[in-house]
Amino acid sequence: MASVEHTDGEGLSGVEGVRRRDFINIAAVSFAGVGAVAVVLPLIDQMNPSADVLALASTEVDLSAIQPGQAIKTTFRSQPLFVRQLTEKEIAEADKVDPSTLRDPQTLEERTVDGKKQWLVTMGVCTHLGCVPLGAGEGENRGEFGGYFCPCHGSSYDTAARIRKGPAPKNLEVPKYSFTSDTAILVG
Amino acid sequence: MSFPWAEHYTPKHPLMQWIDEKLPLPRLVYNAIGAGYPVPRNLNYFWNFGVLAGLALVIQIVTGVIMAMHYGANTLVAFGTVEQTMRDVNAGWLMRYAHATGASFFFIVVYLHIFRGLYYSSYKAPREMVWLLGLVIFLLMMATAFMGYVLPWGQMSYWGAKVITGLFGAIPVVGEPIQTWLLGGFAPGNASLNRFFSLHFLLPFVIAGVIILHIWALHIPGSSNPTGVEVKGPQDTVPFHPYYTAKDGFGVGIFLILFSIMLFYAPNYLGHPDNYIEANPLSTPAHIVPEWYFWPFYAILRAFTVDFFFVPAKLLGVLAMFASILLLFFLPWLDTSPVRSGNYRPTFRKFFWILVIDVLILGYCGGAPAEEPYVMISQVAAAYYFAHFLIILPLIARFEKPLPLPNSITEAVLNRYNIQGEQDALPGMGSDPQPSNAG
Repeated sequence: MASVEHTDGEGLSGVEGVRRRDFINIAAVSFAGVGAVAVVLPLIDQMNPSADVLALASTEVDLSAIQPGQAIKTTFRSQPLFVRQLTEKEIAEADKVDPSTLRDPQTLEERTVDGKKQWLVTMGVCTHLGCVPLGAGEGENRGEFGGYFCPCHGSSYDTAARIRKGPAPKNLEVPKYSFTSDTAILVG
Repeated sequence: MSFPWAEHYTPKHPLMQWIDEKLPLPRLVYNAIGAGYPVPRNLNYFWNFGVLAGLALVIQIVTGVIMAMHYGANTLVAFGTVEQTMRDVNAGWLMRYAHATGASFFFIVVYLHIFRGLYYSSYKAPREMVWLLGLVIFLLMMATAFMGYVLPWGQMSYWGAKVITGLFGAIPVVGEPIQTWLLGGFAPGNASLNRFFSLHFLLPFVIAGVIILHIWALHIPGSSNPTGVEVKGPQDTVPFHPYYTAKDGFGVGIFLILFSIMLFYAPNYLGHPDNYIEANPLSTPAHIVPEWYFWPFYAILRAFTVDFFFVPAKLLGVLAMFASILLLFFLPWLDTSPVRSGNYRPTFRKFFWILVIDVLILGYCGGAPAEEPYVMISQVAAAYYFAHFLIILPLIARFEKPLPLPNSITEAVLNRYNIQGEQDALPGMGSDPQPSNAG
């Protein structure tokens, strides 16, 4: 940038240094640039989830009909959600595993709510490429670790829905949820 | 923009003279694809595929615009309106099958066009910009094809959208917000379908625009040719019209015959039966695969199964897949050999065919289930793909001893037919890709 003395004496019509016109040009283009950014922001933001999509961002699930050993498939944020009541045997199997040997180390306690260890609530979305694992429905293949099995690329999850074998990098995601009563949860 | 000996546009009819003064559009066409564009006389049939790709784009736009008249971009009705197009709309089945088959044929001719460019090193100076714009067109085509495949809202549509947008979710920190932003929700839904429809309609016209730039950039140095020797004088060229309009016309005939065979006798051969089941977010098809034209890239994506240096395998796969295409943008500067045509580069030629086989293997593995031995084969093939461009090509350029080049295009043509004397004896219409002489 030119310094002040160049404009000194030359007046506003000087051929060298910063003229008043340069200032006006830069100011006008900058102002237009800010305006352009301000216009682009809503053009980009309109692609984010709309209010009605976000309004469905929490789901209430009634647990009263789920017997031990049973699971249901419902939806949360338009993706499958698995809710399972574990049997004593399944809880014991999950507790038997040393978490430090796992790919994504977590205990069953960390994946469930305090005092409600038998309720396993996970997304039904394989952490590999997003397929829906089998195992929540009656008679479906639950894989060699007795939890969930993804048919797409063969990821096997154990009874705590932790990844044990196959290409998936993470355990099935546990969404945020809380018990609204003994037999109902609010997910999201 | 052309050689000095190019024929000049001289309208004779008063109406054409009047138009030429006001808007010289006929002049532009004459100079671009008429007698005013001199083209090397020795182009072979591999030079047909640019025109064929243009034809494929026209087929896609015509059938696509018509189908859009019968389509409803809403998850509640999308699948039904596509079925209605197939069953109830007059000639709707023809439009849809032509559009689906046309997409495959578009990719077939574009892949041949790209490999033609690779064999004859058409990407080298002074045609780097032609190559770069061509790659931009290729990327736009892939985006368009992906979004188009989502529109019927079948099982493959839905799960393809989920897996492909899931790729962006692999990017650390910003990945999941980007995925949500792309989909307009937490999973593919109505917002995703609507925006994909809008963009699927828009992008072909963007492609048409970039094609104009691609041809403009081509016409500045003029077309390359199978010898790779630059045009030296008027005896090396013939006017585009009627010579190459006729030759391209023949190619168009062959293309349309093959296209019709596929369209009328095997329209679903390259499709997936699962896409005739309406999208169900709660049930995944047993075997998710993209359309065949994405298989080589899908194989590279899945080739990464273990983490390296704390980078998750999933992210590595995504990076490698994008890199496999972005790499091609650097090709003009990776291959430093001054000789263009593979005909005069014995070592390069061998590795070119190995690359072709390598890409075919990747394609096969990309369509196969993700289990052994396909995973291991795609790992080796993906590694070779990168090695070809990053290691082998620069090394060949350094150590290869090319065959002697002909002094001119005309000399090469005359030697080929053992003709002494001047060029007027030949119509300049092409030859096969492997001239027996070495100049």
